[in-house]
Amino acid sequence: MGRHFPKGLGSSYHGPNERSVGKWDSMTSPQSGTSSSAPPADRAEPELQRHFDDTIAHNQRIEPRDWMPEGYRRTLIRQIAQHAHSEIIGMQPEGEWITRAPSLRRKAILFAKVQDEAGHGLYLYSAAETLGADRADLTERLIEGRQKYSSIFNYPTPTFADVGVIGWFVDGAAICNQVPLCRSSYGPYARAMVRVCKEESFHQRQGYELLLTMMRGTDEQRAMVQDAVDRWWWPSLMMFGPPDDDSPNSAQSMAWKIKRHTNDELRQRFVDMTVPQAEKLGVTLPDPELRWNEERGHHDFGTPDWSELKRVISGDGPCNAQRMERRRTAHEEGAWVREAAAAHAAKQDKRREEGSAA
Amino acid sequence: MSDDHVYLSLAEGHDEGGDARWAFGTGFEDPLHGVDTAVPAGVDATELAATCLALGDDALVSAQRLAEWTTRAPELEEEVALANIGLDLLGQARLLYARCGQVDGSGRGEDAYAYLRDADDFRNVRLAELPGGDFAFSIVRLLVLSSWRLAHFERLAASPDPVLSAVAAKGVKELTYHRQYAADWAVRLGDGTPESHRRMRAALHQVGPYLGELFTAYDVRDEVVAVLAQVTEAAGLPMPAWRPTPGAGREGGHTEHLAPLLAELQGVARAHPGAVW
Repeated sequence: MGRHFPKGLGSSYHGPNERSVGKWDSMTSPQSGTSSSAPPADRAEPELQRHFDDTIAHNQRIEPRDWMPEGYRRTLIRQIAQHAHSEIIGMQPEGEWITRAPSLRRKAILFAKVQDEAGHGLYLYSAAETLGADRADLTERLIEGRQKYSSIFNYPTPTFADVGVIGWFVDGAAICNQVPLCRSSYGPYARAMVRVCKEESFHQRQGYELLLTMMRGTDEQRAMVQDAVDRWWWPSLMMFGPPDDDSPNSAQSMAWKIKRHTNDELRQRFVDMTVPQAEKLGVTLPDPELRWNEERGHHDFGTPDWSELKRVISGDGPCNAQRMERRRTAHEEGAWVREAAAAHAAKQDKRREEGSAA
Repeated sequence: MSDDHVYLSLAEGHDEGGDARWAFGTGFEDPLHGVDTAVPAGVDATELAATCLALGDDALVSAQRLAEWTTRAPELEEEVALANIGLDLLGQARLLYARCGQVDGSGRGEDAYAYLRDADDFRNVRLAELPGGDFAFSIVRLLVLSSWRLAHFERLAASPDPVLSAVAAKGVKELTYHRQYAADWAVRLGDGTPESHRRMRAALHQVGPYLGELFTAYDVRDEVVAVLAQVTEAAGLPMPAWRPTPGAGREGGHTEHLAPLLAELQGVARAHPGAVW
């Protein structure tokens, strides 16, 4: 999208999955869109609203050029920006381990994973830009604390087992959240989610495979894995957001089909998915209330400490300050580079103009 | 579209042995697939091992410095690109170490070379190990090292050793991109603002003392000088001045910066003897 994306990236990219530079194109080109049938802009708002409501009701997608209510646009920008910020801040907890990874194979896997997260962030910022947002502005909002990112990334990563557990739990929870978003009513976001989910499924498997390997290692390694599981379980359950009866924005997002399932439904799905995986791995999930409920056909589980979630969201988690500081420093220290690139581009334009005028 | 997603199957469908393909998908080409690993007649195995080790060390140490940019790059595109280059070099290091282990008689694997040697056993050139510095320094270093390595790899692609030849041929494609990336940024920064121009001059000055060593190792001076001349001219920058400093990384002589780099790289692996990762 007009930025200096490195040439040849697609051909020499090493990640666990293929990526091409042209991915941005696939996101903004309407696939199941309603653009062709959109009413002209001069029609009265009630009719535009009716058309929008019909599109939603028929499970068709809203595309960038379609009319949409301001609230829908604002909600989407907020959600997509928070998602993009989460990808970028989410590089930090694991990124710390790239230089320390204990084998070259794990180093390459982790390096590629963190690179994927940067790619997801770029992709999502581009999706937000299709709604009229500006990436630089969104970045400012993050750095000034006016927009949030997922609270999960405010927890520390003291051991290498954390890399595996983040892949298993955090990417797993992200997938639970995001797979339904592949059917989100906003086309560019839905298409972004398809790609992101594919890559995150690799990350989850890689994380789980690291843990399987560690569990076959020394007693010390097994203890590291259990310790990481104990620390990440409850924060991971909180990734689905507050309980449904305390989630003020959910109803409207469900009606707009920006969201497809409630927080509690997704949390239940994650628990049901994870319990057999924990058994296979040979770790204990730290919840004495966790048990299978034959009647419900689901696992019962304990209540997360919602006051902790509130504390972490409001900025008082273990690593909030550190995460924001790193992002702010990178942004500020990179300012001269971005300014130089812009100045060079402007000079080049001017030289071309002068060249063609001469 | 159904919400019943594929991830439910995470704990199913693979055997206890932990089949790596299951976790990493398919489509991972082995660049050495079908290449004969026997050392051909007439090739000096000791010399071949030394070549692989030195080039592997250059790549690993460079990849480690590039990894330090993670979450610190000036723009997200640069996060992606620098990681891409780091991954390429890490991949080269792994192949070269593996070849070294096959021919030096030790049978060691890649991790033994990366994690179980001390600084004075490393054979990388000193330019690779210098601390990160600012983005201008990283770009100048990348421009110099990728031009130098590319020129040498182009020759090694004709190596009588089929493995080294295959590694070099693959590396040529990667290094061509690295050099292009560095050259594009060198021009942007040299031409951009007074600040970026000043930083580029400082970076070119900083690499000066470490250039001589590169051409003692490989006789590719003309090619590298031609690239640097072309890029610095386009960027409005002076050529770096050769100011040789005594010592050479190829002989195990290093700056004080290599040991801390290795301490970080090797710390976890060494702290857990007998562990599997």
